[in-house]
Amino acid sequence: MLHLRFAFATLLLTGPVALAAAQPAQPTQQDEFVPISQLPPQEQLPAAPLLVGAYVFVVVTLFVYVLSVARRVTTVQREVDSLAAEIKGRKKG
Amino acid sequence: MPKWFAPVALACGAMFAASPFLIANAPYESTMGLVQKIFYYHMPSAWMFLLAAIVCGIASGRFLGSGDPRHDRTAQAAAELTVLFGLLTLVTGPLWARRAWGTWWVWDPRVTSSLVGWMISCAYLILRKYGGPGSERLAAGVAIFGMANVPFIYISVNYWRTIHPSTSVVPTLPVSMGVPLWFCVTAFLMLFILLMAMRVRLEESRGQLDALHLALEE
Repeated sequence: MLHLRFAFATLLLTGPVALAAAQPAQPTQQDEFVPISQLPPQEQLPAAPLLVGAYVFVVVTLFVYVLSVARRVTTVQREVDSLAAEIKGRKKG
Repeated sequence: MPKWFAPVALACGAMFAASPFLIANAPYESTMGLVQKIFYYHMPSAWMFLLAAIVCGIASGRFLGSGDPRHDRTAQAAAELTVLFGLLTLVTGPLWARRAWGTWWVWDPRVTSSLVGWMISCAYLILRKYGGPGSERLAAGVAIFGMANVPFIYISVNYWRTIHPSTSVVPTLPVSMGVPLWFCVTAFLMLFILLMAMRVRLEESRGQLDALHLALEE
């Protein structure tokens, strides 16, 4: 009976310790600033796609806008010429 | 188009073609590295955005004072350029920030006030398109409000807590970075002048077209 009690008490005392030892190690808490350049490679973003994306966006947007204005100017000018010719024709007629 | 248009357009095209070589040869900034090179198009776009908002506001004020439709045409042209250059600024900024700050967007004073300025210009264009007769005077008021926002955008980085670089960056740049920057600023300024000339010409043609329609009805 005494042996049984002793075994039970030992289990109670050493159980939590054994369980804690079985847990995976907790990562150390990060408590200071880490510059982007010192981050591990898997956490770093590649800069080239962002840079190329920015320049491509600017060039394409400007090109589309210039084309859009040029097309609008041409369309309106064509209408102006056509109406001016019509008015001239009416005056002659 | 005026006589100066073609030579300036050629020079501007040549400068935009040469700019990538100058930017590629500029040194890397020590903390941000390669992504900092977005700066050479981001900052001139931002300056043209603010310049366009100022031109729009002044022309709108003159239109409200004099009623001269020429000022209204200038204001309308400048408002569209404010939206264009504002869009370039608001897209290239987050692409840079994603790498440098670790986030696409922060509600910081410079970024937020720029977004507000851009939205005011969008409001101006929407008013002009769907506001009906008399909307030009209401839109002119909006444009003055947009111009009043410009100083806040500019000084916000000096007076409020922000992670955006302050206005002291450009004057302290080394020559090796300053040369490509001012080259790009000149190219963007020439482009701004060319686009303004084209847009004002478009508004003049539209005015001419309206006058012809009226003449035809009579």
